[in-house]
Amino acid sequence: MSTTLFLVQVLNGLQLGVLLFLIAAGLTLVFGVMDFINLAHGVQYMLGAYLAVAFYGLVGNFLVALLLALAAALLFGLLLEFLVFRHLYDRDHLDQVIATFGIILFLNHAVRVVWGAAPLTLPVPEFFTGAVVLVGGLLYPVWRLVIIASGLAIAAGLYVLVSYTRIGMLVRAGATNARMVSALGVNIERLFMIVFGFGTMLAGFAGIMIAPIISVEPGMGDNILILAFVVIVIGGIGSIRGAFIAALLIGLVDTLGRSFSVDILRLMMGPSSARMAGPAIASMLIYVLMALVLYVRPTGLFPARGR
Amino acid sequence: MSGAILQAPKPTLSLLPRRDVVLPAMIFLVFVLLPAIAALTARQYLLDVGARMMVFAVAAVALDLLVGYTGLISFGHAAFVGLGAYAVGILSAHGIGEGLIALPVAIAVSMLFAWLTGIVCLRTRGAYFIMITLAFGQMVYFIATSLAPYGGDNGLTIAARSTIAGWPLLKSDRAFYYFTFLCLLATYLFCRALVGSRFGRVLRGAKENAIRMAAIGFGVRRFQLVAYVIAGGLGGFSGFLLANLTEFVAPAYMSWQQSGELIVMVILGGVGTLDGALLGSAAYLLAEEWLSGITENWKVIFGPVLVLVVLFARGGLIGLGSWLRRRFAHV
Repeated sequence: MSTTLFLVQVLNGLQLGVLLFLIAAGLTLVFGVMDFINLAHGVQYMLGAYLAVAFYGLVGNFLVALLLALAAALLFGLLLEFLVFRHLYDRDHLDQVIATFGIILFLNHAVRVVWGAAPLTLPVPEFFTGAVVLVGGLLYPVWRLVIIASGLAIAAGLYVLVSYTRIGMLVRAGATNARMVSALGVNIERLFMIVFGFGTMLAGFAGIMIAPIISVEPGMGDNILILAFVVIVIGGIGSIRGAFIAALLIGLVDTLGRSFSVDILRLMMGPSSARMAGPAIASMLIYVLMALVLYVRPTGLFPARGR
Repeated sequence: MSGAILQAPKPTLSLLPRRDVVLPAMIFLVFVLLPAIAALTARQYLLDVGARMMVFAVAAVALDLLVGYTGLISFGHAAFVGLGAYAVGILSAHGIGEGLIALPVAIAVSMLFAWLTGIVCLRTRGAYFIMITLAFGQMVYFIATSLAPYGGDNGLTIAARSTIAGWPLLKSDRAFYYFTFLCLLATYLFCRALVGSRFGRVLRGAKENAIRMAAIGFGVRRFQLVAYVIAGGLGGFSGFLLANLTEFVAPAYMSWQQSGELIVMVILGGVGTLDGALLGSAAYLLAEEWLSGITENWKVIFGPVLVLVVLFARGGLIGLGSWLRRRFAHV
């Protein structure tokens, strides 16, 4: 494996990590503050991508489509919150899991009804097409760099928001002890709605940003949801910092594992058995990592709740 | 001392059969009669639907042991089903089609996986448990998709149904149907006995209040691990049946959506009753059969129904039944 290839894969890993962070941030906040397991978070990501494609088809400008899709994703999230999720906050986790699973079934097939089962594509915005040369003659698509940059910018913004603003303080307090926050006179329902809407928007944003480089299809949010779960479990539920570190970790481990597992195994065994075992081991890596972390720290690396 | 506390209540004598016997007896009666009904009405597909119901009921009853009686919401139960199915498929690919080998292997592999992951999963509580079982389920799923020699993504066709001691006893659909029926009956009776036993009462006690159970001297986690391993083994059992029913195995058997559907079956019927798991798996597959006749995207209808069930009909079909009985008892 050459250094260039390694660098490319590190960047790809970073890009996956950033994407995972955008999804996991909302998930971990919603879970941390409201004690609410939202399986439907993955379909919000899918919906973001579909909305971006739909609005791009209408207006033909990526930036406008992005803004419209974000707004629509937010509205839809708030509608779901109003119709369904609001009634589930004080239910047990089982009820939440089943109801949000029902929403997944509905949305995954609803997009099929509306947009068809065939994968859709979204062109990369003209300004960001092509590739740039990085160090050592390394060519890398600009759009992926844009994803990484915007994700890191959002992470930084979130850090400031959560650490230094009043609403961030309330969110942190809510993640530690929501009932106490409510008892101190904070309108907890409104806080819930803000956090939920914000999380939905982040997931939608992730879907919009990734849409130009993958095919937009029904069920695209399902697997990424599981990865986001792994991220927030490793990071510690309710912790933005944990989600960020775990997301980058998972993104890098998964990407590098998939790219180099066969090469590494070839050092230990024959090429044919390495080619067979490599992909299987690579797909296990992050789960083994999660198992190890949880075995040592059952509440993740940076648990927010003081239980 | 604790043994005395946990003694079973004395059975009450009554001339009428107890209500909790009537419902399962009726369900099993319907399953017994189904092949005859299918033959009389010339609807042969009923046999297949019935067998599928019973195969999934085995897995759902096992899952109810965890979700309903132990309070462990396992979101990776399809992994056990898949492991059992793949045990049949892989053995068959190597020319071993003997059920007396495949069945124990299927159950043993699932139990081993349940034991290994259970050790890690049970260190966590509540929502972490849901997510970690989900993640382990995905792990097995992805391993199966990367098993290129065994079909990878596309799955693996099984040459023939398992033989019993060398005889192709399960070859006919009707024989397989009744074999599945006996398997479901055995699973149900085993689980019924288990939840009624001292072991089952410890599990339920721990579900209500784990700290209290620990305080009166029970190693709660060990009981839960045993329950998890048993449920896993029964999941593998169901997988053995599923592979033989469809004569095909694929990674899709252990996707997390499949795990979700198993939980849905348990909830739909009524969690923590075992009978609910029987009803729920039958109801789910009926709904699939019926709604998919209306539209290919039948889950567009089923999804909202599920949300409504959670919001308004807690207790599932069993709960609905007892509500109706209460409501109209005096009429």
